[in-house]
Amino acid sequence: MTSPLEQKIKITGPIVVTANRVSDGTVVYRREDGDWTTQLDQAAITADAATAREMVQAAIADDLRAVGSYIAPVTLTRDGGVRPGNLRERIRLAGPTIDFPGAARDPVQTGQQAAHVSLR
Amino acid sequence: MYLYDDLDRTLVAERVAEFRDQVARRLSGELTEDEFKPLRLMNGVYLQLHAYMLRTAIPYGTLSSAQMRMLAHVARRYDRGYGHFTTRQNIQYHWIKLAELPDAMADLAGVGMHGMQTSGNCVRNITTDQWAGVAPDEIEDPRVWAEIVRQHVTLHPEFSFLPRKFKIAVGASSGDRAALRVHDLALRLFRNGAGERGFEVMVGGGLGRTPFLAKTIKPFLPERDILSYVEAVLRTYNEFGRRDNIYKARIKILVHELGAEAFAQEVEAEWQNIKDGTLALDPGAFADIASRFHYPAYERLDDGPRELIGARRADRLFDAWVGNSVANHKVPGYAIVTLSLKPEGSTPGDATAEQMDAIADLADHYSFGEIRVGHEQNLVLPHVAQRDLLPLWRALDAIGVATPNVGLISDIISCPGLDYCSLANARSIPIAQEIARRFRDHNLARELGRLHINISGCINACGHHHVGHIGILGVEKNGDEFYQITLGGKADEDARLGTLLGPAVPYAQVADVIEDIAAAYVELRERPDELFIDTVRRTGIEPFKERVYAAR
Amino acid sequence: MPLVKAGRVVDDPYVRALDDAPIPDGVPVIVPAQRFLADASELVARSAPVGVLWPNDRRVAELEPWLGDVALIALVFPKFRDGRAYSQARLLRERYGFRGELRATGEVLRDQFQFLVRAGFDAFEVKKQIDARVFTEAAARFSVFYQPSADGRLPALRRRLQGGPAAKARETL
Repeated sequence: MTSPLEQKIKITGPIVVTANRVSDGTVVYRREDGDWTTQLDQAAITADAATAREMVQAAIADDLRAVGSYIAPVTLTRDGGVRPGNLRERIRLAGPTIDFPGAARDPVQTGQQAAHVSLR
Repeated sequence: MYLYDDLDRTLVAERVAEFRDQVARRLSGELTEDEFKPLRLMNGVYLQLHAYMLRTAIPYGTLSSAQMRMLAHVARRYDRGYGHFTTRQNIQYHWIKLAELPDAMADLAGVGMHGMQTSGNCVRNITTDQWAGVAPDEIEDPRVWAEIVRQHVTLHPEFSFLPRKFKIAVGASSGDRAALRVHDLALRLFRNGAGERGFEVMVGGGLGRTPFLAKTIKPFLPERDILSYVEAVLRTYNEFGRRDNIYKARIKILVHELGAEAFAQEVEAEWQNIKDGTLALDPGAFADIASRFHYPAYERLDDGPRELIGARRADRLFDAWVGNSVANHKVPGYAIVTLSLKPEGSTPGDATAEQMDAIADLADHYSFGEIRVGHEQNLVLPHVAQRDLLPLWRALDAIGVATPNVGLISDIISCPGLDYCSLANARSIPIAQEIARRFRDHNLARELGRLHINISGCINACGHHHVGHIGILGVEKNGDEFYQITLGGKADEDARLGTLLGPAVPYAQVADVIEDIAAAYVELRERPDELFIDTVRRTGIEPFKERVYAAR
Repeated sequence: MPLVKAGRVVDDPYVRALDDAPIPDGVPVIVPAQRFLADASELVARSAPVGVLWPNDRRVAELEPWLGDVALIALVFPKFRDGRAYSQARLLRERYGFRGELRATGEVLRDQFQFLVRAGFDAFEVKKQIDARVFTEAAARFSVFYQPSADGRLPALRRRLQGGPAAKARETL
């Protein structure tokens, strides 16, 4: 997950073009018709470097609707689905891998001491 | 704390109006992202993985209860009900919509808060010791000086487009709780041999790709010269700092490439031109700013009141908390209370809107309405009467901010990492959570003593891993998350950069490695009260390295 | 690129002289730094005004001997994010007392107008037409300043010390 902001364009498999929506920063994917969608399975996919370059350049030029366009890998599943191709893209699609705050409480006063953890 | 007047508030309001206009021009397409980006950064607006992120400045880490309530309001109204306190005494909101930002900023402006210069190639939030004004070992409240400098560098017409970001820290005590030596510019107020007060000026510290500790370029600067000297440093940097390569653009590189002495001479030459001009600080100017700092009307109280002594004897858990989270205050009968934002399972530095509101109420009740934010990502109530510690503790525990782990192994400093940040290579928060889980037994954590773990999800080092006793840096190898471990860093007056322990370890092993390091420390220490960091200094990293990599 | 002076878009009386081309007589001309320095005494002896285009990576102290003779100095913002010319401008105005036209060239955008004015610029080759039209309003976005600068406006501290209703502190809620 080297930040794609530092990547050279290098296609080794299927990719999509992704960005953030200008108005609210939501993760979006470029569609075949040049529109943007939040649904990964509606994204235009290519494994061809020239097409990818065109797509991302067009996306970058679409500065009004989406910002920070780049090429992201995807994985195609056997049943014809498409999934994010690395952890960074999984996190962008599904959100942080941790709970939002509000779940944690340190149970000092309830008397529940955590189990003793011995050092190995 | 500093009270804004109409002039201060006007400036913030005008900034909000300007940003509202800039957002409108961005949304209409009149401004391209290229043109808009530096403008939004100068208001603290980043684009992150999932959304925009707003970084709101908390100047020198001081908040009023009213301001804390507003931070809660922004979290609720414009974000997802929580905020993240950072290693530079700011707060970040991770889920902001651009279109709503001007309104959020207008709300913040109502209590004198803003995101001005929390990003961009300008002077950033000026940080200081979270115990400023109440620490027994300080010679004067450094926040007055921080405010004097803050005003000078805010919307400064000459220095708003520097080669790169510029971070200033101010300290005024023998113990450095502000990590002075890792700042671009640090000002340490002290009394010299002749009893005169002045600043040691240090330049060129910084972490990231090429970490450096700051060098002293002016051993003693009289107080009156602070603004003209800062101006000379900034002007020298503006002129000579590299602009060809963003990884070489910080002042630390300039100081390194010129040499500290040559750099100091450049600054001195420029300074000689301006030192007796309009920037010389006259006593009237200082007094004006100082007069706007309001201090509590402390009662005349004794140390060690009966309520406290009795309660400590009666309640083991309360006693443990006092021993851990309560520090001596310069005024008798009072105490400095740290609120741990690192309960087990939490994200280090995060607080919910409900917690913020509750803390604001407790501040009103027990701390003269004042709260501090520390660079360790914990909060502080700086003016608590010792007789109030028991009821305060109960209230803090009820909202989950009384974990007695301040300064211990589970009080981890962590950047947001790949879960939030578009610059990250790896996640940091789950690593912090797993480590905290392994050491959730308070007896064990106390046994290990003071031990600072710092985690950064990428080389930009927002988690300050270089200066952690144990530093953890997330890197990427073939699409997987790996972590480099360093030992022996220090962020205090004896600042040091950590040493790499060995090859990076995979995600699943990091917590195991920390356990191995802790176990090695227990075996190696000469006495139970030899601090981890001192053991590392004494033995070097070899014994730890052996232990960690023996089976890996 | 529209030229803004005194808040209005105006025609530019100056002609840019390229490095080798002969300099036209009787016309205000802006000459690149290297060329100016090579022929300075002749150039300032002309009857028509002469201006210098000064790069942002060269110290303005070199111009000091001629500051009383040049009518205009043009400083450069290669990208608007490159802020070196702000320092140059302030030095020219505040340290060397330059009184002629100080012109901002390169990438000059609306959101820098007030900084530019405060740094001492009084003429602006503005990148966008729309920005040029709103110059006066954009250059007046802020009425409160914390630091003294080339525009001579009173910084907040001085206003406070002078007293008056604006200087009274108020609780922040």
